[in-house]
Amino acid sequence: MRYAMAIDTRKCVGCSDCVVACQTENNVPIGFCRDWVSETVDGTYPNVSIELRSERCNHCDNSPCVRCCPTGASHFEDGGIVLVTHNKCIGCGACIESCPYEARYSHPDGYVDKCTFCIHRVRKGEKPACVSVCPTSCMYFGDLEDPNSEIVNVLKNRKFKALAPEAGTKPQIFYLV
Amino acid sequence: MCISKYLIAKLKCYMKTRRDFIKISALGAGTLALGAGISRYTFGSTVLDDLLAMTGGGKEKLHRYPTYCEVCFWKCAGWAHVTEDGNIKKITGNYDDPQCNGKLCPRGTGGVGMYNDPDRLKTPLLRVIKDGKQTYREASWDEALDFVATKMSDMKAKYGPESMALFMHGSPANYLTHLMKAYGTGNMAAPSFAQCRGARDVGFEATFGESVSSPEVTDIRDTRCLVLIGSHIGENMHNGQVQEMSQAIDNGAVIITVDPRLSTAASKSKYWLPIKPSTDIALLLAWIHVLIYDDLYNKEYVAANAEGLEELKAHVVSFTPEWAYGITTLKPDLIRSTAREMANAAPSTIIHPGRHTAWYGDDVQRTRAIAILNALLGSWGNRGGIFFKEGIKIPEFPHPEYPKPAWTWKDLLNGNYPLANEAPTNLVIEASSPAGGQEAKIKGWVVAGTNLVSTVPLKEQFKKALQSLDLLIVVDTMPMEITGYADVVLPECTYLERYDDIRTTAHREPTLGLRMPAVDPKNQTKPAWWIAKQLGERLGLAAFFNYKEYTEVLDWQLKQVGSSLAEMQRIGVKKIARKTSPYIEPGTPHIFKTASGKIQLFSHELAAAGFDPMPLFTKHPEPEEGFYRLIYGRAPMHTFSRTANNPNLVALMPENSVWVNPQVAGIWGFKKDQYVWLKNQDGEISKFPVKVRLTERIRWDSVYIVHGFGHHHKPLHLAYGRGANDTEMITNVMIDPIMGGTGMRGNFITFIKDDPRKETES
Amino acid sequence: MKEELFVSGRNIPNIDPYLHIWHWQIPIYLFLGGLAAGILFLAGVYTILGKEKEMPATVKWAPFLVPFALIIGLFMLFLDLKHKMYFWQLYTTIRLESPMGWGAWVLMIMTPISIIWSASYIREVFPNWDWKFKFLYTFEAWVIRNRWYIAWPMAIYAVILGIYTGILLSAFNARPLWNTTILGPLFLVSGMSTGAACIILMSKSHEERRIISRLDLLFIVVELFFITHMIMGFLAGSEVQINAANLFLGGQFTVPFFVFVILLGLIFPAILEVLELIGYKMPIIIPAVFILFGGLIFRFIMVEAGQITRYLY
Ligand SMILES: Nc1nc2c(c(=O)[nH]1)N[C@H]1C(S)=C(S)[C@@H](COP(=O)(O)OP(=O)(O)OC[C@H]3O[C@@H](n4cnc5c(=O)[nH]c(N)nc54)[C@H](O)[C@@H]3O)O[C@H]1N2
Ligand SMILES: Nc1nc2c(c(=O)[nH]1)N[C@H]1C(S)=C(S)[C@@H](COP(=O)(O)OP(=O)(O)OC[C@H]3O[C@@H](n4cnc5c(=O)[nH]c(N)nc54)[C@H](O)[C@@H]3O)O[C@H]1N2
Ligand code: SF4
Ligand code: SF4
Ligand code: SF4
Ligand code: SF4
Ligand code: SF4
Ligand SMILES: [Mo]
Repeated sequence: MRYAMAIDTRKCVGCSDCVVACQTENNVPIGFCRDWVSETVDGTYPNVSIELRSERCNHCDNSPCVRCCPTGASHFEDGGIVLVTHNKCIGCGACIESCPYEARYSHPDGYVDKCTFCIHRVRKGEKPACVSVCPTSCMYFGDLEDPNSEIVNVLKNRKFKALAPEAGTKPQIFYLV
Repeated sequence: MCISKYLIAKLKCYMKTRRDFIKISALGAGTLALGAGISRYTFGSTVLDDLLAMTGGGKEKLHRYPTYCEVCFWKCAGWAHVTEDGNIKKITGNYDDPQCNGKLCPRGTGGVGMYNDPDRLKTPLLRVIKDGKQTYREASWDEALDFVATKMSDMKAKYGPESMALFMHGSPANYLTHLMKAYGTGNMAAPSFAQCRGARDVGFEATFGESVSSPEVTDIRDTRCLVLIGSHIGENMHNGQVQEMSQAIDNGAVIITVDPRLSTAASKSKYWLPIKPSTDIALLLAWIHVLIYDDLYNKEYVAANAEGLEELKAHVVSFTPEWAYGITTLKPDLIRSTAREMANAAPSTIIHPGRHTAWYGDDVQRTRAIAILNALLGSWGNRGGIFFKEGIKIPEFPHPEYPKPAWTWKDLLNGNYPLANEAPTNLVIEASSPAGGQEAKIKGWVVAGTNLVSTVPLKEQFKKALQSLDLLIVVDTMPMEITGYADVVLPECTYLERYDDIRTTAHREPTLGLRMPAVDPKNQTKPAWWIAKQLGERLGLAAFFNYKEYTEVLDWQLKQVGSSLAEMQRIGVKKIARKTSPYIEPGTPHIFKTASGKIQLFSHELAAAGFDPMPLFTKHPEPEEGFYRLIYGRAPMHTFSRTANNPNLVALMPENSVWVNPQVAGIWGFKKDQYVWLKNQDGEISKFPVKVRLTERIRWDSVYIVHGFGHHHKPLHLAYGRGANDTEMITNVMIDPIMGGTGMRGNFITFIKDDPRKETES
Repeated sequence: MKEELFVSGRNIPNIDPYLHIWHWQIPIYLFLGGLAAGILFLAGVYTILGKEKEMPATVKWAPFLVPFALIIGLFMLFLDLKHKMYFWQLYTTIRLESPMGWGAWVLMIMTPISIIWSASYIREVFPNWDWKFKFLYTFEAWVIRNRWYIAWPMAIYAVILGIYTGILLSAFNARPLWNTTILGPLFLVSGMSTGAACIILMSKSHEERRIISRLDLLFIVVELFFITHMIMGFLAGSEVQINAANLFLGGQFTVPFFVFVILLGLIFPAILEVLELIGYKMPIIIPAVFILFGGLIFRFIMVEAGQITRYLY
């Protein structure tokens, strides 16, 4: 099993529903976030293009955050999901410094928090909150090792990229372009 | 943060006259949450057990209650999930609801913030004079309701019931309309007409005999070509349309967007036509020209269903793409190739009718041109075009007949705006102040669910009316600006804390939707149905409110259509099978709801009323040197001003910015995110500074801001002082002579780099 | 024009500043670690060389600072933790890949060694010192007898500690400015240099100061060489690394870096030391203080600037 996400930048409208949904689903305190939306505008009027991306932890295969964690709080779960065990985390910040995507933040309660791929929902067979709410249905979540999954299907048929692959982390969020 | 110093800039002199604007914060301490600004971001950091959520989540027991969303008027049905200790944890969509398909938009998902907002109105408030100063005092409901009823009875005795008007929007409208009709007035106005979709509806009614309603009956899901004239779907977050546009993208539909700004939709389009603002009619006429003269229109459909083609053909003969080029700045071959795309996909082509169409005062004519294009392509009544809606009618709960008012808003028209089929707000506002030596005809207002101050332009007119009103009652959930003018403020509970009328949507399939309380109302707040009933009883109109609880009404109504309250409480949404075809059946002639039963390419109705029977381009003024046209629109995570203080949504977008092309910014020497003030052609200066967004997404001759920001009412702790208010800058309004819509895009602004109030202030 | 912005989520005050997670505690921690490494290394080496008599400050007096430096350093690390109640978790796991964990363990070993080392000299400093218990006297005697053997692991561990202070940063590939293997040796020599400066400050023997000064000069030259090498390496690297180097070459850290670190922290004391060596009378304390100051600023700058450099946004 290898969970991953594919996000269609051609459909995303940057509405940030994924951000609010994550916030309410996962009790992310207001003022913090596990996912966010970025907009890149390229070109000169009137030849301008926009790329909108909903971003979060990439649940990297080669994840520096797990490697650098002194206590083992950051660890892998089944399906390659990278998690932080809150009561093992000492809040040293090493993982925050180690993540090229800046996907982690320091929770006001002290521990480090980040996207969990909504493992509590996924284990029940539901989709992550952000995926299930997205009005444009531009997010696909699933198992890369299941050849019949929707995500494998869209990745087979579309061009895609990952963010900062040069950082060598083997990110598992793919952007369909 | 440098902004804080501007935030404390004092607000002066709203009304020097009788009715002072009162900051509700002037109230006794303790009623409103203290602390402002950034620190408040952490509000609501419900330290719920995150671990639980992570390791199974099942331990957190949630109970769900059906609701439909009130954060905008799309009314998506969903579920409010309540924790065991009575907190609303989240709101999710109802998968059985075709209006949302189980997915709310960000505003709906963030609707919990409406409930949690610590700045909410909490108790009824009465305007009193204390130490020679006007202020509010908390009152009990009995006291407040008695006061309102006494006042309204006095008004009825003194000036007649017609002297009262109701301004309303959203769910509370129904109960208060019922109350006001029972009371004896017919003066109800909603901003959704003159400030919003009125022009579109009138334009489509004049052409097809009916409008495209809300939710719009555009078959975007199945379209092959979607043409957006300004409609910024994706920022305009009307859920169903956004979802369907995404499906259209998946289906490879061609999208053509006409917008002076690279809207999100434009960025997803095959063609972006960055039109010079205010010149859309020229483009539309040129498209009509190409369709007719290049023989691209749907001849069969037009022959069968439309009348007036010959007149139209003659009318557009000179409106060539070359002609339009000079006006719109759009290249002729672009106009031709886009017309061809539309024709290729026809009849599965939609020229989107738009929704907020109060642009330039010739808006009925522009939407007429849009309607005519749809007619030429044969999209009305075809798959992938515009379909026929079907809804379900719920009978009214039995009540005595309403008294007949001696006069209504129609008598205020004086021959103006002949096609206005709803009351234009501005007409009613105007009739509320004395004119030409005559007493004002309207003496009292009830305002429910609309923040007129940031919704309706022409604030001079508004202020004049306020000065002469005898009574102003505001029913709201939040201390919005309008509450600061009220004699009585009646706090409604939010949609998550109440029953409301059954949602009966007419769309692809008829549905019923229930809203029920997920939690008890906070503080002293009450639902609008209760407020209306209480006032009715006190006004001697008990017969009109012949029930104890609104659940009786709902259950009775639902049973009339084969459901029940108990069933709806369980399922939330009930779909009902369609009985009629959504499209024109091949071979059967369709009767349109126009006088002649045919599509009116040439409008006899308009001709008879003395207007151009076919749309004509009129030139609108352009900005002078150093000024830029102010255009405005939506951000996907906010609804007008109603979400401006919603903690969840403010966290997503705390303020608006003014979009400026980098070339223009270069002339002004602007840096990214610099704060500036706006000044319009009439010397009106924005109350607060606004951030400059340098972006290639906009033309050189225009600037753009998102509507709904720049609040000046301090009790709105999160919204206060953030960004610029477009309504404030809209002092030039071009009224549509056909239906009274307020065209709001004829305003030009320039920039002020230093605090314009600094010298005068100290 | 290219425009990059956050539509939502990240553009909120609590997020970006919080990503900048390391504040003043970490540079102090690194500084003290380097200083301790420098002192212990020199103490070890001169013990191995059998020069205890000639180099009393190096071998005896300066090491007294080390336990304090290390304990304060650990305390700094503790202060940096945001979830302090769970501090003990650091010592329930050994994670060799984690530089944080590594550091915690190296300090765990270094601190007792340094304490034992100093303890064995304590009665030379305070002749009236009384160990109270017999076994302590026995232990002291054992340590004194085996100093030469203890000096070996101490010097080696000191090198590890010194390198570690650089590796703590260079392990983070995500920060292009730190993503260079030279940071380990660079921080090591820099630590040696600050250690040497301490010794110079504490030494009363002209000869000892001269020896350490000369060594320090060598450290400074090597350090300058490493810094040049580091910047050249960045300039030859990827775009993000070029951006990182540019922070020092015209970017926002240029002035503090060149003025405080290079000029005042390295070149100026080097010149003074050279002058001293060739016979000019110099107040010896000046170059030493500048070196310490430069070393501290250097760590502040590297930690601060490193957190600005990113792959994205
Ligand atoms: N998120 C969110 N969604 C909403 C709402 C909300 O408050 N928030 N409100 C809802 C309501 S009630 C309404 S009525 C709709 C309104 O939504 P729409 O009907 O889509 O609004 P428009 O009037 O088209 O205005 C916005 C667009 O018009 C462009 N524009 C400005 N001037 C011109 C011009 O001269 N010509 C052309 N072609 N384009 C121009 C602007 O650049 C902007 O992109 O949105 C609905 N959806
Ligand atoms: N300048 C400018 N003006 C515009 C527009 C624009 O784009 N620019 N858009 C126009 C359009 S399209 C429209 S549709 C109108 C919309 O105009 P409005 O409907 O007036 O919009 P809001 O500003 O959201 O005001 C809604 C009010 O209802 C209150 N409210 C929210 N929920 C409830 C509730 O459950 N009960 C009660 N009693 N009150 C509630 C809110 O607190 C707020 O005071 O604005 C129009 N005016
Ligand atoms: S919810 Fe979907 S469309 Fe909206 S920003 Fe997130 S990914 Fe994009
Ligand atoms: S994105 Fe960052 S936090 Fe997530 S697995 Fe990769 S390195 Fe770790
Ligand atoms: S902050 Fe917590 S999760 Fe991150 S590295 Fe330190 S202990 Fe591990
Ligand atoms: S997968 Fe879950 S935790 Fe991760 S961003 Fe989406 S909603 Fe948040
Ligand atoms: S579109 Fe969004 S705000 Fe409007 S009703 Fe639906 S969920 Fe609510
Ligand atoms: Mo509207």
